[in-house]
Amino acid sequence: METLVACCIGFLTACGIFLMLRGRTFPVMLGLTMLSYAVNLFIFTSGRLTLRGAAVLGTSEHYADPLPQALVLTAIVIGFAMTAFLVILAIRARADLGNDHVDGKLPDADSFKKESR
Amino acid sequence: MWHLITAPILLPMLTAIIIMLPPVHYSPMRRRWISMISSAIQLVLAVVLLMQVQQQGLLHYAIGNWQAPFGIILVADTLSVVLVCLTSFLALGAICYGSAGEDEKGSFFHPLFQFQLMGINGAFLTGDLFNLFVFFEVLLIASYALLIHAGGKNKTKAAVHYVVLNLTGSAIFLFALAVLYGTLGTLNIADMALKVAALPEQDLMLVKSGGLMLMIVFALKAAVLPLQFWLPATYASASAPVAALFAVMTKIGVYALLRVYTTIFGDTAGELSGIADSWLLIAGLATIALGAVGVLASPDFRRLVANLVLVSVGTLVALVALNTPQSAAAALYYTVHSTLVTGALFLVADLIASQRGKAADRLVSGRRVAQPVLLGVMFVLAALSVAGLPPMSGFIGKLMLLQAVQQPLQQMWIWSLVLLSSLMVIVGLSRAGSSLFWRVSGNDCGTEKAEPLQIFAVCWLLAASPLLVIFAGPLTELAQQAAMQLHDVSSAVNLIIAPGNTGSAP
Repeated sequence: METLVACCIGFLTACGIFLMLRGRTFPVMLGLTMLSYAVNLFIFTSGRLTLRGAAVLGTSEHYADPLPQALVLTAIVIGFAMTAFLVILAIRARADLGNDHVDGKLPDADSFKKESR
Repeated sequence: MWHLITAPILLPMLTAIIIMLPPVHYSPMRRRWISMISSAIQLVLAVVLLMQVQQQGLLHYAIGNWQAPFGIILVADTLSVVLVCLTSFLALGAICYGSAGEDEKGSFFHPLFQFQLMGINGAFLTGDLFNLFVFFEVLLIASYALLIHAGGKNKTKAAVHYVVLNLTGSAIFLFALAVLYGTLGTLNIADMALKVAALPEQDLMLVKSGGLMLMIVFALKAAVLPLQFWLPATYASASAPVAALFAVMTKIGVYALLRVYTTIFGDTAGELSGIADSWLLIAGLATIALGAVGVLASPDFRRLVANLVLVSVGTLVALVALNTPQSAAAALYYTVHSTLVTGALFLVADLIASQRGKAADRLVSGRRVAQPVLLGVMFVLAALSVAGLPPMSGFIGKLMLLQAVQQPLQQMWIWSLVLLSSLMVIVGLSRAGSSLFWRVSGNDCGTEKAEPLQIFAVCWLLAASPLLVIFAGPLTELAQQAAMQLHDVSSAVNLIIAPGNTGSAP
């Protein structure tokens, strides 16, 4: 189970970073969302992976750490709000600047051709 | 009085809510007055809290009476409370300036401003790393909205970069916190200091990587060299009162670096003590150099001031990296001085820009300013102070800084870079001043005059500089006391974590 979760987190992070390095706001946003998913899973596993354990400390030998669950909840809420803000900001930038490039202007036609080749 | 420590967080939050309620929200005058009065009260409360901390030593407050290390605690020591006072002082000036008309160019200026104050004060006062993350997000989301206040292409463009970078920073922050929680089993700063000191061999590398990831995050907030590219564009495009408040935002990153790398990874941390120091020293010095070059290369005055922020951040980070009580004291004095002066400079830049017509604050010949004497005096005072020339506070700040460096090799690098950067700042500011005031085309001058409230705001911030010199004796003592308290980790930890009450690792 550990290997599977670790691979999941790694794959999500890799995809997130790849997408974040793109030039348009929409892929960047998707990348950030994926990165925040990876982070949430990672925080969750920081309390160790336990099967069928109650999230209560001290009453039994076999328990799941409740704190990472609380932390991940906070992180999800904050990440969600921030992503929502970024979506609105990206739409505003598209309207204000006339394109959806993160720098506010498209690269020159020549270099753009080279890039897409 | 026991609950006083929560006031710097609760008061701005309640003020923001009150401002958004209908009877206040529909009247610009009421919004302004409530916002101004509330920040004046915040300043008074912060000073009262400082006196209380002076009398009783370090205070801590368990939120909801959940005892540390299980609950979230607020910790007030001299360092954090001085910074809360600084924030309130700066905020009062910025709000007064904003109330002269800038706040009506967009909606919700005052509530957002108060929410940002709540986040900043919370970040200074919290004693828990996850709570620090939450307060960072509170101040960031308010700053995102404030940055695009009044709109415009430049602001939107800068905001996209700023938001994306900070979201990435938050993700790295969470990774670091998860690594640290997974190995140490706690996120309470005092408890982490205990756990790091008694760390088993196999966890060393994990904790080290977590600690260094935290450094990346705080370096991003503080704008240290490889992570500083967002700062000039963001600060130069924000509207004046917002930029003035942002002057304290980079200092939060520096504060977090100071807190984490003296309390958790300080002298008591054994193998891990000073893990970030060598990185921070190099990065800080490089930031000073880059900032100084930026000051010379800036095409407009606001960008020049943003580069001055970079110079001050570099200086502070180099001081943090020295990791001695003397350097922490110098850093505290320099923080207070540089924040207030750069805040004032952003406001002066806006006053000058509004009177120069189309040329605005670009360093080209333009229209004559309408109030040359007033603005000129303000500019000269702020420039003298920020460059570190004798009658003003910058001089004492730089003196303390140079005295705090004691090893010969460090002296060579830090002294030469700081002094050289001061020279470049003087050259840059003289160039800026002579283009703004003397390179005029035509004899007509604009009719736009500075509002009394704006003049008051700038004078309020500028007055701090001579006051910092006149009361330099007590203030340096205060700074030294704060630094000693910060470096006295074991007694702080014993006070916060009651003996026999240590949390168990997961």
